Amino acid sequence: MRHRRDRQYAGRRRATATNSVPPTEEETFLPPTSRTIFFSRTMATLAPSAIRQASRLASKSALAATPRRGLQQLSRVAAAPVQRAAGKRCYVTESKRDNAQVQTETAIRLNRKELEKSGLTITSENGSTEHVSPMADVLKSATIMDEGQRPIYMDMQATTPLDPRVLDAMMPFYTGFYGNPHSRTHAYGWESEKAVEDARQHIASLIGADPKEIIFTSGATESNNMSIKGVARFFGRSGKKKHIITSQTEHKCVLDSCRHLQDEGFEVTYLPVESTGLVNLEKLKAAIRPDTMLVSIMSVNNEIGVIQPIEEIGKICRANKVFFHTDAAQAVGKIPLDVNAMNIDLMSISSHKIYGPKGIGACYVRRRPRVRIDPIISGGGQERGLRSGTLAPALVVGFGEACRIAKQEMEYDSKRIKSLSDRLLKGLLSMEHTSQNGDANHFYPGCVNVSFAYVEGESLLMALKDIALSSGSACTSASLEPSYVLRALGNSDESAHSSIRFGIGRFTTEQEIDYVLKAVTERVDFLRELSPLWELVQEGVDLNTIEWSQH
Amino acid sequence: MATPRPEQAQKVLSLYKQLLRQSSQFGNYNFREYAKRRTRDAFRENKNVEEERRVQELVQEGLNQLHLLKRQTMISQFYKHDRLVVEGGLSGKDKSGKVLRQKDTGWD
Repeated sequence: MRHRRDRQYAGRRRATATNSVPPTEEETFLPPTSRTIFFSRTMATLAPSAIRQASRLASKSALAATPRRGLQQLSRVAAAPVQRAAGKRCYVTESKRDNAQVQTETAIRLNRKELEKSGLTITSENGSTEHVSPMADVLKSATIMDEGQRPIYMDMQATTPLDPRVLDAMMPFYTGFYGNPHSRTHAYGWESEKAVEDARQHIASLIGADPKEIIFTSGATESNNMSIKGVARFFGRSGKKKHIITSQTEHKCVLDSCRHLQDEGFEVTYLPVESTGLVNLEKLKAAIRPDTMLVSIMSVNNEIGVIQPIEEIGKICRANKVFFHTDAAQAVGKIPLDVNAMNIDLMSISSHKIYGPKGIGACYVRRRPRVRIDPIISGGGQERGLRSGTLAPALVVGFGEACRIAKQEMEYDSKRIKSLSDRLLKGLLSMEHTSQNGDANHFYPGCVNVSFAYVEGESLLMALKDIALSSGSACTSASLEPSYVLRALGNSDESAHSSIRFGIGRFTTEQEIDYVLKAVTERVDFLRELSPLWELVQEGVDLNTIEWSQH
Repeated sequence: MATPRPEQAQKVLSLYKQLLRQSSQFGNYNFREYAKRRTRDAFRENKNVEEERRVQELVQEGLNQLHLLKRQTMISQFYKHDRLVVEGGLSGKDKSGKVLRQKDTGWD
């Protein structure tokens, strides 16, 4: 009885993989258990995955009616010579050795063979047909594999790819230079600090600022929060000024910061915008009160790409002695900006919108005349005490390099983006019942927002799965609610629903634009063919005149 | 390159070829196309530069870019992704002429 139990639980004991069981007389006499001991000794030298596989097998068959079989197979895995000797004593027919083995080698070879058969590993001229994981390719081999599956990226307002030149500048700081830039006592700290200060210089020169005025943050959202809440809380203390002006088409983080400040007792004016998306300067002037401390207007809108008249707004603010904050996440590096010429007091910059790394941004805070802000994050007093916390040198260096490249390439990039944008817009607007959202004369060409009437925007996005697009900002794209920016322009809900934003960037090619044009035309036509409303429109019926029967 | 010295012209031409060759090694379609396009445009833009010193500077810059390309193309060879839907052209045909895109990826 004892022996049988031994055999049944052998699998479990084996898994402990130590020779904790002394070779007693009983065990040397009984072949299965003696094998067990050998097994447990050899186990330690085997790969852990093989152990797992083997013990699983053992426990399965131990549960079944024939516990011995599992044991034998197991022992074959590891202890072939012993097994051969012991096999003679078995009363179950011997199965082939390979049966219980984990054949990873052959499995992979088989895949390779199949890959080669379907022509997958044939390297084309550009060398991009090689694939990383052979398994992933087999799963897809139902379709012809030379065809790509990855969608085209046309959502440059959400984020941009990291420029290889930026990555090249960052790599040393991920591999060798790991010093804390705030360490003053050793060379590791000095080299990091120097790199950080160089990066700061690049960022400052892109916006015409002094390097000391650049404060690194985690991104534009933090910069916006820091500017708006910081100024409000600093001036709120004295109790004299408590009014903030912003516009209805701002980014969510500005609007939400203002909402938060309203709860704290500040007053906020949300300026309406024209149907072109531009802020009316007269309305802005009228909205400024004696107790106004801050005006926050974004430079380039993230959804419709409209460029606000920053210079004029800056002038109005300076004349009224009001601080001017601008969210320039979408503008920096894409349109020329100069904080002194434009009278900007606070500016939010994001790195990942200009082909830099994600997770870093900056806030420009003017020193003369000094803008005083109450820091949100307190601590070791880094960054002039406005944003404590150790900087990430690799990210800062990447950000700096991205700014340097943006400055150097701005002319080349904007010329190219303009020509691509014209090509796209011309093609899209030549379709029936399409219209561009936002001012056609004051918009950043890299952001093209077009409404396709009589088509549901979400269904069009679903139909355009081979193109990475969005109907608005990434923050709101999860909900089906129409864009608040387009509604602020006075667009109807239907029109706001049927609009799509196309983002063009440094790495977009003509071929991609042509593909997008072709795909959008085809699929808009298809979706319209399905729509009964479109039929009525084709017959010349004005949809607004129809009296829908009431039930 | 209208340089007075023929060996200098030879050097520039060789650099140009090397840059283009290295650019085409990018695994990522967008980076590959950009690198090739930027190289061509940069050389075209500076083709009338005569001044010896300036030529030297530009050649040095090109060499730096070449080293950068070598490092970055290697990284991009390590981490490869599936190809984009546009690779293979609008018609769905590769340069080899095989019909490639049979499934319309938008409809399923």
